[in-house]
Amino acid sequence: MNGIGTAAVAAQVTLVVVGAPLLTGVMRKVRARLEGRAGAAVTQPWRDLRKLLRKEAITPLGTGPAFRAAPPLLVATTAVVAALVPLVSTTTPVSRRADLILVVALLGLGTVAVALAGLDTGTAFGGMGASRQMTVAALVEPTILLAVFALSMPTGSTNLSAIVTGGLHDPVRLASPAGLLATAALAVAVLAETGRLPVDNPATHLELTMVHEATALEFAGPDLALVELGTQMRLTVLLGLLASLSAPWGIATTTTPLALALALAVLTAKVALLGAALAAAEVFWAKLRLFRVPELLAGSFLLAVLAVTASYFLTGE
Amino acid sequence: MRTRTVHDLDPDELPGRAADLLTAGHRLALVAAHHDGGPAPAGRAVRVVYLFVSGPPDTRTELHVRLDAKAPEIPSLAHLSFPAGRFEREMRDLHGIVPLDHPLPHRLVRHFHWPRGWYPMHPDAGPPPPFAEPEGPYPFPEVEGEGVYEIPVGPVHAGLIEPGHFRFSVVGETIIKLKARLWFVHKGVEKLFEGRTPEQGLPLAERVSGDTTVGHALAYCLAVEEATGTPVPEEARRARALLLELERLHNHVADLGALCNDVGHGILHARAQHVREQLLRLNHEVTGHRLLRGGVLLGGAELREAPGPARMRALGGEIRDLVTLALGHTTVRDRFTGTARLGPAAARDLGCLGYVARASGLASDARAGHPFHDLGDALTVPVHTAGDVLARFLVRAEEADVSLGLIDRLADGLAPGRTVVDLLPGYAPTAGAGIVEGWRGTLTTRVELGVDGRLTRVKVADPSFFNWPALPVALADTIVPDFPLTNKSFNLSYAGNDL
Repeated sequence: MNGIGTAAVAAQVTLVVVGAPLLTGVMRKVRARLEGRAGAAVTQPWRDLRKLLRKEAITPLGTGPAFRAAPPLLVATTAVVAALVPLVSTTTPVSRRADLILVVALLGLGTVAVALAGLDTGTAFGGMGASRQMTVAALVEPTILLAVFALSMPTGSTNLSAIVTGGLHDPVRLASPAGLLATAALAVAVLAETGRLPVDNPATHLELTMVHEATALEFAGPDLALVELGTQMRLTVLLGLLASLSAPWGIATTTTPLALALALAVLTAKVALLGAALAAAEVFWAKLRLFRVPELLAGSFLLAVLAVTASYFLTGE
Repeated sequence: MRTRTVHDLDPDELPGRAADLLTAGHRLALVAAHHDGGPAPAGRAVRVVYLFVSGPPDTRTELHVRLDAKAPEIPSLAHLSFPAGRFEREMRDLHGIVPLDHPLPHRLVRHFHWPRGWYPMHPDAGPPPPFAEPEGPYPFPEVEGEGVYEIPVGPVHAGLIEPGHFRFSVVGETIIKLKARLWFVHKGVEKLFEGRTPEQGLPLAERVSGDTTVGHALAYCLAVEEATGTPVPEEARRARALLLELERLHNHVADLGALCNDVGHGILHARAQHVREQLLRLNHEVTGHRLLRGGVLLGGAELREAPGPARMRALGGEIRDLVTLALGHTTVRDRFTGTARLGPAAARDLGCLGYVARASGLASDARAGHPFHDLGDALTVPVHTAGDVLARFLVRAEEADVSLGLIDRLADGLAPGRTVVDLLPGYAPTAGAGIVEGWRGTLTTRVELGVDGRLTRVKVADPSFFNWPALPVALADTIVPDFPLTNKSFNLSYAGNDL
C-alpha cells in the first residue's frame, strides 16, 4: 500500500514536470490556431528547455546568492507543492501534510525568490518587475487562502486532501454558493499568480509592461530554463489544484494501481482542458491597465470573503 | 494656385520677418543650410534657407540668409518657434552653423562619438572619421526628490524596433520626466544626394524611411519638378494620389492592429496583419513592389494595375470590423481612453503634424493645404480633440476610411500604364520644394539643382522630426507600463528623423 502511495506521489511530480512544458505548448497551439496561425509544435517548449539547458551558465556581474538560488528554489518549491497537493491521489504518504497554509507559503517562497533575484540584478527592469510582482502577490495570496478556507469549512480542516475527499463524497458542496464563489475567486487568483492575461501578458516583448518576465530578464542558459520550467510547473500545479478542488471526480481515493492509472489519465485530461480553455479565453481578453489589476484582485478577494461568509452561514452551525 | 516667393535677407532682418510670417499663420516647414561655391575660400558662402508655408491657398515663402563662411552665426528663432530651435540645433551639429542666444544649446543630431569639430554636411568633412574625443559630456537632467528613480531603456530593445534611448524618471509607476535620445542612425542621406542626377536621387528618396516610400519619393519628385518647371499630366497626378492613399492605408491598418497588440489583445493584431498582408500583395500587383517602390517617377507615375473596387470594398469591410471589435472591447477601450493626452496648445506650440496633430484638434493636412492634385469633396480631414491614445486610434481608423473612399474615386477609370513627361532642362541653378501629406504627416523636401542639372542639396523634413518632442510631453503623468502603447500611438520614424 505504501509502495503505491509513494508511486502516486512520484507520478504526480513526474506528470507535473514532464507535462508542464507540454501544457504550455498546448496553450500556445490553441492560441495560434484561434488567431489563424499554424503555431509551433506542442513539444516546442521542451525543445526550448533542452536548448537552454545545453548553454553555458552566465550570471551578471555583481549578483549574489539571491540571483543564483532563485531558479532552483522556484522549481524545488513547485515540485514540493506538486508532491503535496492532491492531484492524482488523496491518500499518499504525504497527504496528511498537504496543509493549505503550507502550500500557499511554498508558492509564496518561489515568488519571493524570483522577485529577490530581480532586485539582485540591480537593473531598473528587475526592480520594477519585482515591485509589481510583489504587489500582485500581496493581493493574490490572501485570496487563495480565503477561497480555500471557504471550501475547507464544511470539512473542518485546512488539509487539502481532506477538502478534496469531502468534495468527492458530498458533491452538493461544490455547487453550493460558497463553493462556486470560492472557485471563481480561486480562478482569478490563479490567473494572477501565474502571470496570465488580463494581469500579465506572457507573450510580450515590451520590457516596460512586464510583471513576471521583467524579473527573469537577466537569466540565461540553464537558469532561464529552470525559471521557465518553474513558471510552467506552477501553472500546471495550480490548474490541477483548481480542478481537484472544483471537480474532484476521477481522483484516486484508494491505493489500487488501476485507480491510480485512471486518476493520472483523468488529471491529464482535466488540466489540458482547463489550459486549453484558458488559452482560448485569453485570445478574447486584453491586458488590464496596471492600476486596474488591484481592482480585479480586490474583486476576487471580495468573492473569496463572500464565499467564506456564505459557507459560514449556509453550513449553519 | 501656388504662390512662391523668395526673399534675400541680412541675418539681423531674419527674426523680424520670421515673426511676421508666423503671426500671419505660416508654419516653418524646413530649414536647410547650404555651402555655396565649393571649398575654395573665394566665393564661398554659407546660405541658410527658411521655408515658411501656409495653405490653403498654397503659399510658400523662402527666406534666404547669407552668412560668413569662416564663422557662420545666425540669430536664433527658437523663441519664436519650437521647430526652428530644433532645426538650428540640427544645423549646428551637421554644418557647424552657430545659432546665437539659443535657449537650449545642447547637441541634437550629433552622435556622442563624432569627433569634436567634425561636421558631416560640411564640404570639407570627408569620409566618416573614426570615433574620437567627443564634444564634451551631455548628461541627462537629474530629477531629484523623494522616491524618484530612473529607468534607462534602449537603444537596443527587445523587439524589432529602431534604436532610441529613453530615460524615464519615475515615482512609483508614474513618469515624472522622459528624455528621449535618438540619433543613433545617421546615414548621411542628404550628403549622398549631392552630385547625383535627379533620376539617381529618386531611389534614395524612396528609401529615406521604408514605410513612407511614396511620401518621400513624391515630395522629392514634386520638388524636382518645381525646380525644373516640369508640368505633370493629370493622369499621373491621379496615379500618385492613389499610391499615396494605398501607402496610408497599409500603414494605418498595421498600426490599428499593433495598438491592440500592445494592450495584449493579440487576435485583432493577427487580423490586422492578415488585412495588411492582402494590402501589401495588392501593392505588389499595383507597382511591382510590396512597399510601392517604383510607382512614383520623376515627371509622372507608373501603375501596373489599378486596384479593383470589389476587392477594396471587401478589405474596407474587414478594416471597419476590426475597428468596431477593438472599440467594443471594454478593456481595450479603457486602456486607450485618457492615456497620454497631448493638449491642443502643446501640439500647436511644438508644431505637431499628421495624425498626432489631428488627434489633438489641429486640422492640418497637406492634401488640403498644399494639393498637387484636386481630390474634391472626397477628402475629409478627421479631427479629434481629446489628444489621447483613443483619439489617435480613431483618427487613424477614420483616415483609413477616407483613404478607401479616395482610392475608389481615384482608381475609377484610371488606366494602368506609364505616364511620364521628361524633365525640362535647366540652364541656371534652381530650387524647388515638395510638400506631401504622407501617412505619418506632412513631409517636406527641398532640392537645389546646379547648372549641370545635378543635385547640389536635398533637405528632407519628415513629420517625425516635428512630432518626437511631443512624445515626452504627452507622457507626463502617464504610468510606465503605458509607455509602449503611447509610443505606438505616435509611431514615429527614427530613420526619417535622423537622416
